[in-house]
Amino acid sequence: MRAVLILLIAGLIVAHQDFWYWEDTTLVWGVLPMGLFYHVCISLAASLVWLIACTFAWPKGIDEFEEDSLDNSTGGAA
Amino acid sequence: MNGLIAAINDGQIRFLIILGYLCLLLVLGFFASRLFRGTKKDYLLASHSIGPFLLLMSLFGTTMTAFALVGSSGEAFRQGIGVYGMLASSSGIIHSLCFFLIGVKIYRFGRKYGYATQIQFFRDRLDSDLVGLLLFPVLVGLLIPYLLIGVMASGNVIEVMTAGAFPNIEMLQVFRPGTEEIDAAKSGAIPHDIGSLIVCGVVLIYVFFGGMRGTAWANAFQTTVFMILGVVAFVLLANKLGKGDTFFESLQNVTRSVDVDRLSRVDIPQTKFFTYMFIPLSVAMFPHLFQHWLTAKSAKTFKVPVIFHPIFILIVWLPCVLIGVWGTTLKLPPTFNANNILPYMVNKEIGTVMSGFLAAGILAAIMSSLDSQFLCIGSIFTNDIVIHYLGKDRFSDRSQIWIARIFVVIIVGVTYYLSTLGYASVFSMAVWSFSGFAGLFPIVFAALYWKRLSAAGAVSGILATFGSWYYLFRKSGFGEDADFVIALLGDDFPVMPVVPIFVCSLLAMVITTFLTSPPKDETVNRFFDSRQVG
Repeated sequence: MRAVLILLIAGLIVAHQDFWYWEDTTLVWGVLPMGLFYHVCISLAASLVWLIACTFAWPKGIDEFEEDSLDNSTGGAA
Repeated sequence: MNGLIAAINDGQIRFLIILGYLCLLLVLGFFASRLFRGTKKDYLLASHSIGPFLLLMSLFGTTMTAFALVGSSGEAFRQGIGVYGMLASSSGIIHSLCFFLIGVKIYRFGRKYGYATQIQFFRDRLDSDLVGLLLFPVLVGLLIPYLLIGVMASGNVIEVMTAGAFPNIEMLQVFRPGTEEIDAAKSGAIPHDIGSLIVCGVVLIYVFFGGMRGTAWANAFQTTVFMILGVVAFVLLANKLGKGDTFFESLQNVTRSVDVDRLSRVDIPQTKFFTYMFIPLSVAMFPHLFQHWLTAKSAKTFKVPVIFHPIFILIVWLPCVLIGVWGTTLKLPPTFNANNILPYMVNKEIGTVMSGFLAAGILAAIMSSLDSQFLCIGSIFTNDIVIHYLGKDRFSDRSQIWIARIFVVIIVGVTYYLSTLGYASVFSMAVWSFSGFAGLFPIVFAALYWKRLSAAGAVSGILATFGSWYYLFRKSGFGEDADFVIALLGDDFPVMPVVPIFVCSLLAMVITTFLTSPPKDETVNRFFDSRQVG
């Protein structure tokens, strides 16, 4: 799953560089310029990718730890 | 009642709305302080009690500044719709990436080892006091321009929005340059120094008494306010400017009237667009976000912010970018300040009361970042200087809370003083501040995912970031020249300065790490266990 997620994120970053719509002034539904509509879709796609990441690639055991207290931290003791 | 309203001028109406909003914040801070448990952990980290919704709102509110409302519309007015892709959709990808890859792991180590600041984490992870000593001035130094932007912007918003409120007060009268003629449009306003002081005072009060819990609550409230106001302004302006029978028809009418150049990205170089994507990496190293991450109830709490952050950016930025390009259809003088396009349009097209609420919304966006930054610097001074060097056994938990509070007061005072000195180019310094933080990204990423990273490698990375940042910042005339170009194969490519800073940091860190001894197994094993979390 991790490999799929890396591919999805890389795909998002590549798709973000949409030089193919750079000078396109078509109005989608007569309201949103193509360059803006496309990036609204990128925002929605990003949210979907993060939903997939949180559902299928959430780090296992991340909440399993013995908690130390703030006062017991070495904090890189001098 | 009508007579009373008639007796109040437009500036006074806006002033009263702003004042009412600030009072609401104080009330919220008061309620948050009633829940204060009296411990240092509660004051700095809200006792790790923040749930998914509050974490989403506080992280979003902290990353969005005045730029989200005023700057987005202003930049769209100047450069067209490309601003959304350059700053908003890229942040939707990168911010969540940082929360997912960096935030969740930092949270785990923060809970496990009891960190309250980034410097504590780096000292421990690299087993080096020097790393902490170097990071301290770099982080505080990069955060100060960011703080100044907020403080100065809030003063300017109050000054612009209260113009004409008190026309009879002599000391508030403004004269046209070179004449003794009173400029009625600018006179009678709350001066920006006083406006900044009021905002600093309000933020100080709720941070001082409410600590991190008060800050998180205030952030959630303020984020709700500026999100709603942005959308309301958008709907009202579309109806007013589009004059259609339905909202959708109005939207079509007003967008069709915009010049085609503003509907494409012809004015934005592609290399600059691409390299802007490095800027949001800065969130991985913002010290105030680090502290917010540690307030989460559990690691699972991060899921909601990770998923919804891109959509929240969309909700705020899309309306503002469209308003900005609609503004280009208005007949405005060439000297018109683009950053004023949103308040100008709201005031002119919708009216006084709505522009008063918009002012409150802009202040909300500013203050939702300022509060976390003030608290975070107070926390850094307390934990990384006083407690670290004088010894934690010398101070009781209660004393440490008071030390943090005293530092918050000092930081607010110093920031306010610096804001009164009037650095004209402070707005252009925002991108430099973010570039510096983004240059430190390779170090936090390597600290979490690269066992081999040595303390010397991290030190080299920090020094390379600072050195390249200072060199380029100086070369730009300390932020005056915004254009940075890389010459390659006979062509000039406009890029953001963050790229060379990032590359210098990465190379210095990797090369030095391979040239120096690996870290001790004992240290590495504390952060990379056999389960390979993350």
